[in-house]
Amino acid sequence: MTTAVKTISDSQKKIRNRRIRSTVIRYVVLILVGIIMIYPLIWMIGATFKTNSEIFTSLNPFPSNPTLQGYIDAMANYGGKINIWLAMLNTYKFVIPEVIFTLISCTLTAYGFSRFEFKGRNIMFTLMLAMLFLPQVVLNVPQYMMYQKWGWVGSELYLPLWVPSMFATESYFVFMLVQFLRNIPRDLDEAAKIDGCNAMQILIKIIVPMLMPAIVSCALFKFMWSSNNFMGPLLYVNKPAYYPATIFVKLSMDSDAGFNWNRILAISLISILPNITVFFLAQNQFVDGISAGGVKG
Amino acid sequence: MSKFKKFAKNNIGFFFCLPWLIGFLVFKLYPFCSSLFYSFTDYNLFKGMTQFTLKNYINVFANDTERTALLVTFKYAFMTVPLKLVFALFIAYILNFKIKGVNFFRTAYYIPSILGGSVAIAVLWKALFKDDGVIHTLFALFGASSPSFLSDPGWALFIICLLRVWQFGSAMVIFLAALKGVPNDLYEAASIDGAGKWKQFFSITVPLITPVIFYNLVTQLVQAFQEFNGPFIITQGGPLNSTTLMSLLIYNNAFKIYDMGKASAQAWVLFVILMIFTLIAFWSQKHWVYYQDEGR
Repeated sequence: MTTAVKTISDSQKKIRNRRIRSTVIRYVVLILVGIIMIYPLIWMIGATFKTNSEIFTSLNPFPSNPTLQGYIDAMANYGGKINIWLAMLNTYKFVIPEVIFTLISCTLTAYGFSRFEFKGRNIMFTLMLAMLFLPQVVLNVPQYMMYQKWGWVGSELYLPLWVPSMFATESYFVFMLVQFLRNIPRDLDEAAKIDGCNAMQILIKIIVPMLMPAIVSCALFKFMWSSNNFMGPLLYVNKPAYYPATIFVKLSMDSDAGFNWNRILAISLISILPNITVFFLAQNQFVDGISAGGVKG
Repeated sequence: MSKFKKFAKNNIGFFFCLPWLIGFLVFKLYPFCSSLFYSFTDYNLFKGMTQFTLKNYINVFANDTERTALLVTFKYAFMTVPLKLVFALFIAYILNFKIKGVNFFRTAYYIPSILGGSVAIAVLWKALFKDDGVIHTLFALFGASSPSFLSDPGWALFIICLLRVWQFGSAMVIFLAALKGVPNDLYEAASIDGAGKWKQFFSITVPLITPVIFYNLVTQLVQAFQEFNGPFIITQGGPLNSTTLMSLLIYNNAFKIYDMGKASAQAWVLFVILMIFTLIAFWSQKHWVYYQDEGR
């Protein structure tokens, strides 16, 4: 009798031990991976406060002789025409119109596709989805030649960067909004229609408020992607005074050719500070947005 | 009622989609078609076009530079995509257990994907892996000498891959959302039947989230074939062209020597290859992707 009880408690103990062990392993893996993910960023922040002689000599992210020299040097003008602040200002000159126009045009398009039947709807919708798989790399050359004919290359208004966003060219966002719209019941539209609202009023008064979380997600992603855009400015901005932050960071790295790393890293860090801030303020919207776009597809 | 008014009344939706249609025709379809046309010419941005030719296409397969670039692109895509997906799924799977501080971990893993596309992070990557960089110091700490990651042709491409693998967060978030949708009673039933965690993972979890695996696979593939920023900023395609992906070659041809015809042909070859892989993925769906809500 007693031996039977003992074996049961023994095997229970075994199961419990195994459970504890696997929990410990899980946390160890998560923490190790977490360190690999975050350490480079922490190191980068620390390095901006280090002297150039210290930067690569130790792995400690905390500077032993903190200095602001990196930041002081980061403020320097490049060719007398551009510095990091002007470059960041330039970035937002096209990022903000891009975000606003993308939201408007993509919401209109998604609304049209998901709430109405019309001639050619299905073929248009299929083409829109197909654009998700059309790589930009095929379009770069002909688009460049087209913009050149139009006199848009080197445009001081950054026309090639934001004008296309007025025409819902980002299929990803249209697709994401269509997915969200599917979950908004049509009864509300119908009720509003009976009350005498026209299609546009229904969109503005009923759909947009309910779609707001998705629209916010789109805005956040578009903001991140546009401000990280490197290829676009590389092709279409050719006067130093109009360089955005991405080009400016690349330039300062090249011009320093491997010394003065505290300056280069300080410039880099300043250039992504707005993005880091936006991420921390709105990380749940990022997660919700990306999960919804992906899972329901 | 005039004809137009009648059309307008029955097709209101069309007018909402009109901006998209214009954008599609002007910024997508026209460039797409004109690119195909240019690819059969010797169009130079400054000298214009003198003749039609198949030379551009022949060269893609005959020239060493182009062949190498294609090979490098394949290597890059087939290292990056599987590594990234396996890692993303593995971490998502662990996070899906009742983990304390799940939000903290999720944030930590997700930050690199949000910032990773920026030039700033490419610069950071260079600081980490350059010959006397941070990783070199890490090796030295253990008394080992590190390979010269960015100047050794055998390593450079892998380091460029790692930059993308490090950004597994967005794929992970998508996996995590899918894993949350796997009903718990399935696991309970399986563990009563004596299935271990690994067995449960491969026979319950994986089959149920195949749609999401498929989605991630296709999006990551499309992305990988277009990679540009990493190699352009960190290695400029070197050493010895070991990181010259097709996208870099296309950029060099189009915007350094202005050979638009050649660049267009290369872009089309890349596009067709990517299309083939995407179609294979879509076609193979019926063999391994399991849609729960089929027929709904």
